[in-house]
Amino acid sequence: MYVAVKGGEQAIDQAHSWLDETRRGDTSLPELSVEQIRQQMGMAVDRVMTEGSLYDPELAALALKQASGDVIEAIFLLRAYRTTLPRFLASCPVETDRMAIRRRISAAYKDLPGGQILGPTYDYTHRLLDFTLLANGERATTPPADDTVENCPRVLDFLNSEGLIESPQGQDEHKPSGTMEAPDAPADLTRQPMDYPADRDLRLQALARGDEGFLLALAYSTQRGYGRNHPFAGEIRQGEVAVEIVPEELGFAVIAGDIQVTECDMINQFSGTETEAPRFTRGYGLAFGNAERKALAMALVDRALRARELGEDIVSPAQDEEFVLAHCDNLDSSGFVSHLKLPHYVDFQSELVLLRRLRKEFEQRREANQP
Amino acid sequence: MTTAFPDQTTDTPADATGYNFAYLDEQTKRMIRRCLLKAVAVPGYQVPFGGREMPLPYGWGTGGMQVTATVIGSDDVLKVIDQGADDTTNAVSIRRFFARTAGVATTESTPQASVIQTRHRIPETPLSRGQILVYQVPIPEPLRFIEPRETETRKMHALQEYGVMHVKLYEDIARFGHIATTYAYPVKVNGHYVMDPSPIPKFDNPKMHGCPALQLFGAGREKRIYAIPPFTRVESLDFEDHPFEVQGWDQTCEFCGSDHSFLDEVVIDDYGGRIFICSDTDYCNQRLDADARKEAV
Repeated sequence: MYVAVKGGEQAIDQAHSWLDETRRGDTSLPELSVEQIRQQMGMAVDRVMTEGSLYDPELAALALKQASGDVIEAIFLLRAYRTTLPRFLASCPVETDRMAIRRRISAAYKDLPGGQILGPTYDYTHRLLDFTLLANGERATTPPADDTVENCPRVLDFLNSEGLIESPQGQDEHKPSGTMEAPDAPADLTRQPMDYPADRDLRLQALARGDEGFLLALAYSTQRGYGRNHPFAGEIRQGEVAVEIVPEELGFAVIAGDIQVTECDMINQFSGTETEAPRFTRGYGLAFGNAERKALAMALVDRALRARELGEDIVSPAQDEEFVLAHCDNLDSSGFVSHLKLPHYVDFQSELVLLRRLRKEFEQRREANQP
Repeated sequence: MTTAFPDQTTDTPADATGYNFAYLDEQTKRMIRRCLLKAVAVPGYQVPFGGREMPLPYGWGTGGMQVTATVIGSDDVLKVIDQGADDTTNAVSIRRFFARTAGVATTESTPQASVIQTRHRIPETPLSRGQILVYQVPIPEPLRFIEPRETETRKMHALQEYGVMHVKLYEDIARFGHIATTYAYPVKVNGHYVMDPSPIPKFDNPKMHGCPALQLFGAGREKRIYAIPPFTRVESLDFEDHPFEVQGWDQTCEFCGSDHSFLDEVVIDDYGGRIFICSDTDYCNQRLDADARKEAV
């Protein structure tokens, strides 16, 4: 028995109170602290920061706690907070060349300057449930090597110096997409609406904020032939980079802080033209924290979306800019899908009135046609 | 419209919440006001705007909320309806949001409101000069389901290439004998732009024509704003031999007996028994009060 949903005010309060209780769970167990989430659920925190477009592990952990671990809900909390923050200034471009590396691998070369560094990775773990953790047992750990690698040369720069790969900027004639005051600044889709066709800066920003699952599926579709672009993971690196700002009163760059990022340089094939010798092309992915799956997927989709620029036929969803960019944001999509839970009685009633009329007319026609 | 702090250029916290008056910062409001001015100047044209994340989900009225937050002032009186009713969950939630972040007076009475935010209905009580009706819009592009590409639809609007829309309506007639669009029924504004009136029932379409109130439309997820200035020509698309018509009911409102308002069907028992009631709760209450007064005299 379900009576028309009216008198919502009290119901909403009660629902939220119940939610608080459910979120807390069994009160005989100690409450989870934000710091515990930050320390022990790090990859969830990283995803919330990446798609929430705000580098703040503490707030991301708080959002996860408040959202009962629902990642998209946590991203929403962080974004809604972020949008109210004042902007002091834009940072200088982050130099990932100078990253303090925790992990760095290349699938293109067996060995290379700087070496292959596995770092803390789930790769090659056997996915067997670890019952020691169930028993709250601590496992013996080996401390990591002290010497971090810095100023590690990039794999794609070796290829670039030989002319085997395009420059990082790609083939695009740069179209100023910033604001009126700063036309050369990168576009910012948190301040301006999306404008199609979009430049690569805008696309990369949308992909960086985009839903990991959606990008992963699109990236996978390119591998299965829907807009294939022959990728090699040229280099994946993960570690700390310095964020520099130039305060107006100083006039020179100072370090505002360090952030953890994961970067992926993808090497892709390109057949060349009448006037241009064949060379590799690039796809690029960057995400906050430890987010390799996201960075890889982003790089594949970035490359697929460069179809127009590279003169390829646009035949697959991953190459279709409007399709990808309009649907990659999980707050857009989860908001609009879940709005179906809102009342629609008026529209539904309108459809009922029409449907009843059409059925009545159908019956009348059928009776009239019967001998 | 009462202007919100005409001299204000910097943010002032409304209260202890630490947020600016009506949540949005003044720079954002200024950007939205510029878009609103353009929208009023070009009736029915979809103006892109730098929509912000709101603390409510996309698809739940964030566009309408940004418009309301931008036009509302401290002495405005706000009414929020969803499905015509003031007491539906989402209407309650949005009304509380503004009561909390702007501290404005709220009302359920259509005539007493200076700003009305709505989802899916236009109030039955005719609107008057000086009132602002703010619509929440899910998909602002009326051509979206015929042509999904923004780059194409932009051209179609510029060239008034609306043949496809008429073909779609004609196909309905060929298949069903009627135009099968019952809500979000497309209109032509001021003789130029074809516009999506948001998912209001076509029953409400005639109310938009020549309306003395300012009608503003906000689509948050799609980042578009459009407008119908007061006293503007708004025509629902139709054919000479299939003129536009609105839906009607054989029943009357169970409470107030109205035979001319939009009725919601309510199932009242487990055997499919149903009654019909006004979807506009304020209108229904006004009629009941008037009856009560008559009886008292």
